[in-house]
Amino acid sequence: MITAPAAALRTVRRVEHVMGFPVSLAVRGRHADDGPGRRAWQDVLDSLARADAVFSTYRAESWVSRLDRGEVDLVDCPPEVAEVLALGDAAADASGGAFSVYRPRGDGGLGLDPSGVVKGWALERAAGALRALPETDFCLSGGGDLLCRTLDPAAAPWRIGIEDPHHPDRLLARVPVATGAVATSGTAHRGAHLVDARTGRAPAAVAQVTVVAPTLTWADVDATAAYALGPEAATWLSIRPGTTGLVVWADGSTTPVPHETRSRR
Amino acid sequence: MSTVSTPAPIAEARRRRRLVVTGMSTLTALVLLFGYHTSTGSTASAGTVAVGAAVAGTSPGSTGSTSSSGSTGSSGSTGSSGAAGSATGTTAAETTATGDAADTRWGPVRVRITYSGSTITAVDVVEYPTGNPRDQEINAQAIPELVSETLSAQSADVDMVSGATVTSTGYLQSLQSALDQAGL
Repeated sequence: MITAPAAALRTVRRVEHVMGFPVSLAVRGRHADDGPGRRAWQDVLDSLARADAVFSTYRAESWVSRLDRGEVDLVDCPPEVAEVLALGDAAADASGGAFSVYRPRGDGGLGLDPSGVVKGWALERAAGALRALPETDFCLSGGGDLLCRTLDPAAAPWRIGIEDPHHPDRLLARVPVATGAVATSGTAHRGAHLVDARTGRAPAAVAQVTVVAPTLTWADVDATAAYALGPEAATWLSIRPGTTGLVVWADGSTTPVPHETRSRR
Repeated sequence: MSTVSTPAPIAEARRRRRLVVTGMSTLTALVLLFGYHTSTGSTASAGTVAVGAAVAGTSPGSTGSTSSSGSTGSSGSTGSSGAAGSATGTTAAETTATGDAADTRWGPVRVRITYSGSTITAVDVVEYPTGNPRDQEINAQAIPELVSETLSAQSADVDMVSGATVTSTGYLQSLQSALDQAGL
């Protein structure tokens, strides 16, 4: 820290609202607050807005909404639609069917809702503009899911707080992340919007799942899938390669993943 | 700051992964566990961990029961996980086997498994490679560390907050909002 240049220690923060959630940026280093840095931030916001236009289930004219209504085929859609649906399939496989991008509709058919996997993917793609900035470290958050990069080996890692689902104005845990991603799934802000696709019901045992993983795409997929698995969330997460996390149960108890044991000889 | 302790890199801890998962064979579990540690583009053979027990059973239906009882504020303490009996030798029916160290590109890795009958109840990595700065995948990823008491926005010593689907409508009340405003 002593050896780090003063400019690297100054963190600039920006925030805008896109896709119905706040997008926050903390950025430090060479391009933290200059022209290229501001252009990269605008590129991030534009990329997220494009993702919203393609994937939003709230927009009747989005590709996903038209695909859901059968007005277009997958091959007609931009290629990223197939990419995200493949992610959804992978999450469904990994979670034994607990997560699905297809939801039962009132008419008995299956509705398409890739929201559970699209946010992480979209943020990961949008962060490309920031990654292109040399000698610049950043932490980009969209609606509580985030990814970080740290190039400066002398810099401290980003300090990530994990919200308490039972008291969203408070923190339950912290995790330092130099380069990597953190995603959290739960019902704190939106009510029961996630269901176990096998039962159609909201998982009762688990209040929130946080996953730390190398990419936000997979952190988001794993957090969503683990949450859908309910009581099995922590056990399932513990066998996912390359991830750590924190499960908060409905009764307020917590399970860090993996459990660690120190100084055991 | 009212945090409990500094988050410890994994290399400093003896990590334990509970592999009590129905339907997963022991072999798969070990390969998964070990595959993770060698996954950073290495071609090191993942199948060379010699564990002294050729147990191929899967565990019965007690899935996840040990995972659900973690207590707030005591991460890092084995006593809090409710996993009584997993410590070596505390239960007569349990046996442990420690494998030979397997060489990876980062150094030796040694695994110890604990089993009860034909059921693996725990896998401990008892020896980690250390001291290699390129070893990001193994050593850099930290485990979320519980804070001793929940923190308000004012005392939250963090850069960013991860939470369950923060929406724009809920944003004004959120911790993240407090952080953004503090920095603007």
